[in-house]
Formats: sequence, structure tokens, C-alpha cells
Amino acid sequence: MRTVSLLLGAIMAVAVAAETPRLTPPDDLFKAGTLSPVMPAPKLVLDGSDGKPLTLERFHGKVVAVAFGFSNCGEVCPITLATLAGARKKLGPEGADVQVVYVTVDPERDDANQMKKFLGSFDSTFVGGVGTRAQIDAAEKSWGISSVRNTNADGSYTIGHSSSIYLINRKGGLRAVMPYGHPADDFVHDLKILLSE
Amino acid sequence: MNKRRAWIIAWPFIGCAIAALAWAGFAPIKVPSHDELFEIPKGTYARRMQGDKVEILPSQIRLTLGLNDVLLLRNLDEVPQVFGPTIMMPGQSFRLPFEQAARYNFACTAHASGQMTIVVEDEPVMPWSKIHWRVREWWENRTR
Repeated sequence: MRTVSLLLGAIMAVAVAAETPRLTPPDDLFKAGTLSPVMPAPKLVLDGSDGKPLTLERFHGKVVAVAFGFSNCGEVCPITLATLAGARKKLGPEGADVQVVYVTVDPERDDANQMKKFLGSFDSTFVGGVGTRAQIDAAEKSWGISSVRNTNADGSYTIGHSSSIYLINRKGGLRAVMPYGHPADDFVHDLKILLSE
Repeated sequence: MNKRRAWIIAWPFIGCAIAALAWAGFAPIKVPSHDELFEIPKGTYARRMQGDKVEILPSQIRLTLGLNDVLLLRNLDEVPQVFGPTIMMPGQSFRLPFEQAARYNFACTAHASGQMTIVVEDEPVMPWSKIHWRVREWWENRTR
């Protein structure tokens, strides 16, 4: 009888623990900037460089890192992408639950193939977001992104753009924003927190 | 005789000044919180739309590593506000910690100029830097 009571007690304890929601980690644990209360990430309705429609709902259940840039970027974008690829690698098997989404701010030059080639040189799992000028403008507006085209004397151009990385939790909430320049270890640190949420 | 009396009167003041300098230079600096809080008040966007160019937030914010090294912004306005790397929804807060001394320029829709500068300085360790930090804090609090 006593054994049965103990067993029932243990089962109930496990059930209660499973039902208890995980607490949101406090903001001061993060290396990145944090938003609270956590609200749903702005919408993305684009075409993916993998040939599928790109929405954040596609990656529900994963931690998503969203950033904006362009494939002809000579400095900021390659560093950001190399950092994110490095962080995913350092996470080991846990990295499989991290999805990087890189949205172009240069739809005139970046189509799905171009983005796939560019992102694939860093990590084959990265997905690019492409679309029409109107779609990209809408995405930039809802994410608070600024991008300015600077034309060179020879007619070529480059684009100055927001360079932060947006970290979205498994439930689709925009949880943290990592400013440009942080090392891969800082991403690993924060992604681990988000993966354990 | 008068000179001697003047010295007798002056010595306690000189002693106090030396003690104050010693305290300011060697005592550890304690702050109640690492967070430097700024709020974007309700109605900021509406005021801007009416042509009011009043500055809600300082155009330059100074932070010190190890002391007040976290910028905490609260959007109490009724519309989203863009601050540097992110967009803050109404009622949302953005907490941004700094770990490197540098000058950071951010876009900020709460400013008439659309820009905000954050100067992050190294933690004051040497006696002179501690005195400098304390005097500047006292002065800025007095003029705020």
C-alpha cells in the first residue's frame, strides 16, 4: 500500500513538473538587448532562397536569428554570417534547432539563386528572404530597418543598412536584439538561453 | 600672531578637503542599479506630428562600464518607436547592456534629429578617474 502511494505521488510530481510552464529567463542573463514583455516578431512574407515561401511560422519550434543585408555587401554581412555560422557550429547538435534567416535589402540584385549561393558559402542551412521591392520595403518597415543606397562615381552602388540580429524564441516572440559586432561566443551564450526556454 | 591664528582656523578645512579627496579617490563607487532608465512619454509622436520639436531624451547619454552600463528604454507612447537596433512596441521596454567602451550612434525616432549617441566609458579605477566621475555625476544630477 505504501509503495503504491509513493508511486502515485511520484507520478503526480512528474505530471505537475511537466505541466508547470518554464519561466522566462531574466533579461540580465543576455548579452544581447532584450525586449519585454515579449511580443510576436513582426511578419515576414517573402520568398525563400530554398524555393519555398518564407514566413517565420515555418520555423515555429526553432530559435530563429533574423538579419538584413545583401549579397554584394563587402564587410558587415560576411562578418555577421560568418559569426552566425560559427555560433551554430559551436552549439553542436543543439545548433540544429537554430535557423538563420537573412533578408535581402537589395531585391534588384538578390534573387533566390543569388542568395542561396551567397548564404551557402557560410552555412547550407541558412535561408535567404527575397521578394519584390514592395515586399522588401514592407518587411523593412515592420522590422524598423533602415537601408540607404549609396551610388559610386562609376554607377555601382552599395547599401548602408541596419546590422543587428534579431533573436526569436521557439514560440515566435521577438526576445532579443544583438547589435552588430558581438563575437560568436555571445551568440552561443544567448542562443543556449533561448534554446532552453 | 594673526598668521598663526589663520593657520589654526584653516587646518581643519584643509584636513576636511584632503579627507574628502581621499574618500572620492579611493572609496569604491556604488550605484543603486546598473540600469540607466529613460522613458518615451505618452503623446511623443502626436507632439512631433504637431510640429513640437521638444527633446524627450537627451541627444547624448553617457554610461560607465561596471557602474551604469545598461541602457533601459521604455516606450510609454501609443505608437511603435525605433531605437537603434530595434523597434519597440507601445508598452515595451528595451534593455541594452554594454561591455565595450566606445561611442555608439543610433537612429532614434524619439529624437527630433532622429539620432542618439551613447558614450560608454571605461570603469573608473584610478583615484583621479574616480574623483572625476563623482564630480561629473554630482554636477549632472544638479543640472538635470
